[in-house]
Amino acid sequence: MAGGLTYTAVESTALSTAEYYGRVLCELGAEHPEIVALTADLGKSTKIGMFGEAFPERFFNVGIAEQNMFSMAAGMAKAGCVPFVSTFSVFAALRAADQVHADICYQNANVKIIATHGGTSFGQAGSTHHAICDLAVERAFPNMTVIVPADGMETVNAVRAAYETPGPFYIRINRGFDRVVYDSTDYGFKIGKAVQLREGTDITVIVNGSCVFQACQASDFLNSADGLKVRVLNVHSLKPLDKEAIQKAVLDTRRIVVAEDHNVIGGLGSAVSEIIAEMGKGCAFTRLGLQDQFAPIGLHEDIMSILGIDSNGIAATVREVMGRDFEQDDDWSDEV
Amino acid sequence: MALSKQEWIALETKANELRSLCLDTTHWAGSGHIGGGLSVMDMLTILYYKYLSIDPARPDWEDRDRFILSKGHAGIAWAPVLVSKGFNDAEQLKTFNLTNSKMGIHLDANKVVGVDASTGSLGHGLPIAVGTALAARVLGRDYWTYCIMGDGECDEGEIWEAAMSAAHFGVTNLISFVDRNKCMIDGETENVMKLEPFADKWRAFGFIVKEVDGQNLNELSEAIDFAKANETKQPVVIIANTVKGAGIAHIEGDYRWHYGAMDEASYNKGKESLEAYFQARLARAEKEGK
Repeated sequence: MAGGLTYTAVESTALSTAEYYGRVLCELGAEHPEIVALTADLGKSTKIGMFGEAFPERFFNVGIAEQNMFSMAAGMAKAGCVPFVSTFSVFAALRAADQVHADICYQNANVKIIATHGGTSFGQAGSTHHAICDLAVERAFPNMTVIVPADGMETVNAVRAAYETPGPFYIRINRGFDRVVYDSTDYGFKIGKAVQLREGTDITVIVNGSCVFQACQASDFLNSADGLKVRVLNVHSLKPLDKEAIQKAVLDTRRIVVAEDHNVIGGLGSAVSEIIAEMGKGCAFTRLGLQDQFAPIGLHEDIMSILGIDSNGIAATVREVMGRDFEQDDDWSDEV
Repeated sequence: MALSKQEWIALETKANELRSLCLDTTHWAGSGHIGGGLSVMDMLTILYYKYLSIDPARPDWEDRDRFILSKGHAGIAWAPVLVSKGFNDAEQLKTFNLTNSKMGIHLDANKVVGVDASTGSLGHGLPIAVGTALAARVLGRDYWTYCIMGDGECDEGEIWEAAMSAAHFGVTNLISFVDRNKCMIDGETENVMKLEPFADKWRAFGFIVKEVDGQNLNELSEAIDFAKANETKQPVVIIANTVKGAGIAHIEGDYRWHYGAMDEASYNKGKESLEAYFQARLARAEKEGK
């Protein structure tokens, strides 16, 4: 990415993902006076408050009023500001869905939503605070770009890319610390392009967000334990989607597992299945995530384990899918 | 400052022309939000023909005044104004609501020139206007932002969220109006969901309230002048007491005319009524104007 600091792994162990966001937003704010920041009493939790400390005259805490916040941001954007707006993912996507739909997406307003506490990362707060269908909602809004970064480094890249790319963005990051996937920001992040983190010819695991680290761990384990070559694709860009990389994975490996911290309806699993269906090429395919259910209360890592989207769960599913009786010939007429 | 008699009469003539065009558009479209369109027309007339600093040749001019029609369903009144000002081609009014028209019930900022925000989902306009006004502060611009809400729309919580914000951030480069026609789709506002004591609610939220006859151009002008001269940190809201369907006797004050169809007979009756209404309004301007 052009401009700004290049972060390193030394810092990544010390900072939460949201703290990376706060830092990079402050850097952008110093460079670009038209950037404004809005939050709904979550300046501290989302770390957008770091911008507020640096640029108080450009920071608007609207109190606990998300609908107003997103409409205000739309008005600011139409007048020439570049608003960054942060609240919890569940409120950004659901509480203010009408405002994001009508005021931001319909008008193609240049508003950047950095939604924190994504998925089940605020697990202990219960289902009122779990964002399990936010990506389904945001993905369905025309004009919206949807990014689910894997860690702090990728969040830095995503936030910078959002500033540099006109139009509405929804970037979903987690509460607290993410396991480190990238040791620097310099790995060729590009909106709409998946990152292949592990090579593989037997099966592909397609992931984003907190599942990326887990999939890499599962791939390494399966390689050493079973001799399996498990490809891992980090599809950080849920929309636009890297159709080419997914099609290639289907053709190369013919077995696909998707894992995501989201309902299996409407998120990454759905997006990938749409591409597979449109290809007309069958493959063994499984979607991991919330199976159209609410998540239990608990620590994020425990919930991921319960849902089978941690490294153990992904490895077990890969083994199951590898064991499926699946024809790899080119005769599609006898497929069920 | 009061309107001069000459200015008042000129504005009455323009308002009459626009009411008539609103009725024509409703007739061409087959139906429309004519009730709330006519109640808000005097506010639109005075803003577009006296106050708004805008330039049809430069619709994206960065320093233009902004206007947000929070009661977006009054597009049938706003579209004739935007045509009359020269932002859009007059022929477009004949396509209003038709398939593939640029003009639908709720005017789309991406399709209709001169529209600053696509509204229609109620409650959104005031917060968009607050954001627009705050952006002027951030960007160092001195434009004014005007916003017209419907009264039924004030049932929406988002209006009051935005009202709190306007007061909290001291947004005084924003002038807000409520078209208080006392009607909404399902009935009279006080029967569907009580708004009164309405002015007190706005005061409690930190606004300075001016209550005027929304069908009196002179009173509207005085209220806007008052708001522009406001040197406090409190925003001003003008509660314009209006009549739904103002100017067409057979629909006036009837909530059922929130949205309605105008057949030939009703249209002709409407035209006659608008002329009589205009003459009465002219007589008032002649008598009360100075």
